[in-house]
Formats: sequence, structure tokens, C-alpha cells
Amino acid sequence: MFFKDYQGESFFDEMFTPEGTVRPHYQAIFERMQSLTAEEYQQKSQTVDLSFLSQGITFTVYGDKDETEKIFPFDLMPRIIPKTEWEHLERGLTQRIQALNMFLKDIYNEQRIIKEGIIPAGYILSGKHFRREFMGVQVPKDIYIHICGTDLIRDEKGNYLVLEDNARSPSGVSYLLENRAAMKRAFPNFFPKAGVRPVENYSEDLLNTLKYITPQPKENPVCVLLTPGHYNSAYFEHCFLARQMGIEIVQGNDLIVRDYKVYMRTTRGLQQVDVIYRRIDDDYLDPSVFRPDSALGVPGLVNALRAGNVNIANAIGTGIADDKLIYAFVPDMIRFYLSEEPILGQVETFIASEETHYQHILDNLENLVVKATNEAGGYGMLIGPVASKAEIEEFRGFIKEDPRNFIAQPPIMLSRHPTWCNESVFEGRHVDLRPYILSGEKTTIVPGGLTRVALNKGSLVVNSSQGGGSKDTWVLYSDG
Amino acid sequence: MLSRVADSLYWMSRYIERAENVSRLLDVNLHLLLDFEEMDDLKLKDHWEPVIRATGDEESFYQLYDVADSENVTDFLTFNKKNPDSILSCMMAARENARMIRDQLSTEMWQCLNQAYLFLKSNNAKKVWDSGPYEFYKQIQDYSHLFMGLTDATFSHAEGFYFMQVGKFLERAEKTSQILDVKYHILLPSVEEVGGALDAVQWSAILRSCSAFEAYHRIFVSKVDPLKVAEFLIFNDNFPRSIQFSVREMNKNLHRISGCPMDEYANAAERASGRLLSELKYNTIGDVFNQGLHEYLGSIQDRFNDIGGEVYQSYMFHPHVDMESEIATQQQQQQ
Repeated sequence: MFFKDYQGESFFDEMFTPEGTVRPHYQAIFERMQSLTAEEYQQKSQTVDLSFLSQGITFTVYGDKDETEKIFPFDLMPRIIPKTEWEHLERGLTQRIQALNMFLKDIYNEQRIIKEGIIPAGYILSGKHFRREFMGVQVPKDIYIHICGTDLIRDEKGNYLVLEDNARSPSGVSYLLENRAAMKRAFPNFFPKAGVRPVENYSEDLLNTLKYITPQPKENPVCVLLTPGHYNSAYFEHCFLARQMGIEIVQGNDLIVRDYKVYMRTTRGLQQVDVIYRRIDDDYLDPSVFRPDSALGVPGLVNALRAGNVNIANAIGTGIADDKLIYAFVPDMIRFYLSEEPILGQVETFIASEETHYQHILDNLENLVVKATNEAGGYGMLIGPVASKAEIEEFRGFIKEDPRNFIAQPPIMLSRHPTWCNESVFEGRHVDLRPYILSGEKTTIVPGGLTRVALNKGSLVVNSSQGGGSKDTWVLYSDG
Repeated sequence: MLSRVADSLYWMSRYIERAENVSRLLDVNLHLLLDFEEMDDLKLKDHWEPVIRATGDEESFYQLYDVADSENVTDFLTFNKKNPDSILSCMMAARENARMIRDQLSTEMWQCLNQAYLFLKSNNAKKVWDSGPYEFYKQIQDYSHLFMGLTDATFSHAEGFYFMQVGKFLERAEKTSQILDVKYHILLPSVEEVGGALDAVQWSAILRSCSAFEAYHRIFVSKVDPLKVAEFLIFNDNFPRSIQFSVREMNKNLHRISGCPMDEYANAAERASGRLLSELKYNTIGDVFNQGLHEYLGSIQDRFNDIGGEVYQSYMFHPHVDMESEIATQQQQQQ
């Protein structure tokens, strides 16, 4: 009865076929949900919200004076991925992260990909996140991106496309883990029958990854999580992960560098640190090398890194790999480094600094989505089809002024998913998927990822800062 | 343990203890008003000023309010965010410290503090208070007791726990001495006047402010005797809110942190607390009155401050790092 008036429209719907029948892997949850009344569903939903609030599973809203902590809206209707589909994604993501790590090693050393004319040197060197200070620096095990949060979307046919590779310090994994815990509490009897692969290994895998990349082999390397502090919007997540891994969470002023070694200040004096999982941007890491006004960082951290006495995850300078312009070249990287065809598709991208693309972009602004190459979180973006004339003209000016900073893509189609709306009914809302990929001794991907959902009707923006919520993501042992 | 973490644990614990003490103090004094007849403004002022003084915030009170009446004082000590010692400020500060070290606490401890925070933040708190302040203050004390119980039952009795105990007992010793000090000072300009009829109610209130009314009567069956009350609150060996008991616990936990044997000391904090404990052990109430109760309490409050400072120096303080020179040094070392 919940789904009587459900409209699929022209988007790919995760749960229903265009004919309106339930996809097989959704059949069980469909029946479970049908057995609930709206009141019961609403009650479960409120119980979960309340438990998030009382546990303090919140994020900080900047610029809001009184209500500084909000819960990330959670939708009980899970997103479900059948076995075969997930295996395909896993292969594609593994291939992609391998190529990205090889790319980073290459451009910070030999730069073969430039010499062989695959990517123009200017595109790399002008990248805001390219760190020339790191040319020639060796990183342990040749891994640069240890933790990656790749955003995936699905086009109108249901093909998975990579939207962006978050290769700096992707957040959100704590919500993935807490969402699962909440679902188990909300549907305790249904869960064992649902055949869902567990996600709880993530913290252990992450710790193993950190231990693996220690600069000098040690029995028990000291790993810490470096946070900007408790005012940061993701502070809950930092605490959550540190607690799960049983490692210290440190701020910049807890650390000090002496003799090219990093120490933390404890009640028993200084203790050496081997691996830092940092949740601070490159710019703020070390005021003696990057922004001198950073109070969050540790002066001398880069010296210690160069001396091989500490390692950090992710490495410095990985931002060049998720530059939106460099994104356009990832399929070429896969072919170049791995001699393979890309398994996962990605969104067609026009580069404003390419002469042939430049004119196409300017002629079609009202049909394109324009993105600043170095922004994240849905900022610095023009969505042509819904933008006003004034906004389009504004962006035309931006692009003419600084073509390197812009790319354009055709409007993307995010798939839709039944989502509880208005406390009474399921409607289709757009979703994306962010799997978390760990590169250590081997590449591990936690089954599923964080499904983000744009809760506002018709909206394509899933960011938590702009009206997004999330869902639990189930990867099944079978094809349903 | 990180020095910053030790600092936060210590302060979190102190703030909760402080909130509990302030709420009990207010609770008792609001109750006490019910026993007086014909309260005029002057009497109200005489009643409330010592209470403000007991929290050490007289100056900031008069910057914010004109008159020391029931409404102003309870607002100042309960909800006013400009007063760092108000119950609201203390609970917020405790929760903020907890949030900074969320990864170190047990889930139960964190959720208890977070519940208290949500309770205070909701309109509910104001409503509860409007409909009955006693219920409200009871709730705050309950949160504090629940938190201590959860800490004891779910948090490893290791270094972090010891820092929390040090903070709690130091705060408790200080608050007991302040509650005793101010009332005595106001009511009894000289020792000889001890025992006036009006005093009985007031001295009972002091005992109640320290949760000590019943414990006192178990030992002293007779009426409330000011000398005995002072003796009980300073020297009683078994009552968990007396000054001596609190100092002994603080001293014990300091030694647990360092691992130093009880009859020796490893740092200035242990030396100061051990010394204070010995004095408390070997002094009598007679010595106290010879010196003057007010003077005596004033001097041990100074000692509490010193001990707090020494704890910070011994465990939490690291030489200040001057960012600019640090950056310059590191830049020189870059090859």
C-alpha cells in the first residue's frame, strides 16, 4: 500500500523496473515494508533519530550559532546491491585505485605520463593540489591514496559511472557503520534472513592499512588520527574511528617534531609516532612548508616525513588525482599504466582549456553542468538547465578568465530510490553511492558504501550540508 | 596518555562535581526560605549574598544584576551562560570536554553527559524549573551521580580514571570548604556566639548543602552544634564529602598516577597534597578555632589552588611552543 502511487518517471529506479515490478533483490524488503503501517514506520524512524541524537552522532553546521550540532537525516529504506553487480563494482574500483596510485608515483617521480604525451604537463603543474615540494620523495610501499571515497552514480540505463574520486581525506564512513547498527536495531528479526554482507570489519582493515605503511618495520607501530579539532564538522567521525581502532586522536598541538621525528606529548613525556592518519588538508599540515598561518598543523612534519621517520595517510599531494580536470584523463591512465580497458565508465567531460572543448562549453552553457576543478562539496558549480540567465553569464565570465579552473559535463542522471517522505509515503529521491576503498597490503572495499540521498524533491544535491541524508547500503551474498 | 586528554578528563570531572554542588546549594537555600517568615529585601539579601560568595562569584553577579533576590540568584547560578560557574555553564563545559575526548570515554559515560546536555538545552529544562525547582536540581544531582556510577562501572580504573578522581575530589574539598566558610563567617563574627537559636536551621542547611545531614546525625544524635558541624565537615574520616576524606582520596589517586609509594612523593603535586593531608590528620578542631575558622578555611583553599596548579605542571603542561621560532627552526632543517 505504501507504493501504490509510486512514480518511476524517466529515471533509473533502484527498486522498481520501468514496468513497475519489484526487482528481485528488493523483494524481501518490499514485503517487510508492506507489512508495516505508516505509524509503525514513522515510529521506527523516530526511534532511530532519537538514538542518533542521544549518542551524539551529529555533524556541525558552520555559521549556525545556537544549534551547532545536527543529526545526518537517515532513511530506513535500505539501498540494495546484488552480488554480481557488486563484484563488478569491486573490480572496477580496484582497477581505478591502482591506476591512481601508479599515476601519483609517476608524476612525483619520472613523469612518464607527461613525457609520453598522455596528459599535458601544464594540466598537472597548474593543479592547485599538485605539490612540487614532493617531487622525488619516496613514500613507503609506493602507496599514496590509502583511503579513497569514490562517488558513483547511475545513468538512466542503470550503468554505474564514477562521478569523482575523493583522494584527499574522504569522510562519511562512520555514518555507514552507524547506519548499519541503527538498521539492525530497527529490524532485528528481519536482518538475519536478509543475507546482507557485514561492514563491521572496516575499522580493523583501516588499522591494518595504517600499520602496513609504517616507515620502519616495527612490531607495534604507533598510529594516531590527526584531527583539526572538535569544532570540525566531521569530529564525530574522527572520534568514532579512533575509538574503533583503539588509537589516539591528536590535534596539531599534541604533536611536536624533534630531530626529524614526530612525538606526541603525554603525561609521561614524549612518545614517538610512526603513522598519522590525518584528517587535515595538505595546506594546514605543516606551517613551515605550507600555510604559515595554520594553527592546526605541526611544524616540521614534512621534514620528518622526508627523513623517513613517519608516514601519513593519505600522502601529501594526492589532491592532484581528484582534480576535476585530471579526472577526465583517468580512463587514459588505466590504459597507460595497466594496459587494460576501464571497467567502470565515467561522466563525459569537456575541458575548458582545450581549444575544441572551450567553444563547445561556451555555446552550450544552458545545457551543461560547469564545475570548478578544485572545489568539492557541491560548491562552485553551475547547473545550466536550471540556472538563471544572470548565473550563466556570471560563469561565462569566470570561464573566460580562468579556463584551467573549469570543466563541463552533460547533466548527470542520478538513479532514484524509494525514500520516506512527509512522514507518510515513499517517493523517489535521487541517490549516489560512496564506497570506501583501502589500499594497504591488498585493496579492500567495505561491501556497499555510504548511500547519500537528496531529500528535497527533484534535487540532485546529496551533500549533507545542502539537504542530503543517507541510507544503509546492503550488499547481498546472492543475487536475490 | 596525551596530556591534553588528561587535562580534559580532569576538568570534565571537576565541572560535573561543581554543577552538583551548586545545584545542591541552591536547592537547600530555596528550601530554607520556606522556613522564614516575613522576608523583606534586606533579609533576602542577607540570605543570598553568602550563597553567591560560596561559589566565589560575587563580583560578576553584581555586574549582571542589581538585587540579590531569589529569582536573580537562581538565574545567575542556574541558567546564566555569562557565569562560568552556573549549572548550565558547568554542564556545557563538562560535555564539551567530554566531546573533545569522546574516543576515550565509555559509551555509557558519554551518553549520560549528552543526555544531561540535551535535557538542559531543551525547553524542558526551563519548564521543569518553572514548575518545581527542586525537581530540577534533583535531576542535575541525579545526572552527576549517574555519571560517577557509570564511570566507576564502565571505565577502566587506570590513569584516566585517576585523573578524573583527582579532579572530582579536589573540587569537592574546595566546595565543602567554601560552603562552610561563608556561612560561618556571616553568622558568627566570634566563636563565643556559637549556639544561637536561629543558627540551628542555618547549620542544618550547611549540612544539607553537603549531603551530610543524615551522616552527621548518625554520629551526633543531639542537636546541631556548630562546632561539631565544622569538625564533621573538615575532619570526618569516613564521610565522602568531608575535606579530609576528599584530600585523602585525591592524594591516593595522585600516587596511583605516578605509581609512587604512599609515604613518598614523586612530584610537587604529591608533595603538596601529602603535606595537606598530614596537617588535616594531626590538627584538631581546637587548632582550627585558635587560628580562626575563616582564616583556616581561607588558607586551605589557597592550598587547593596550589595543588591544582602543581597537577597541571606535573602532567599537563608542556613548555609552550612558539610557532614562529618553531617554523623558522624547521625551515632551517629542510634540505
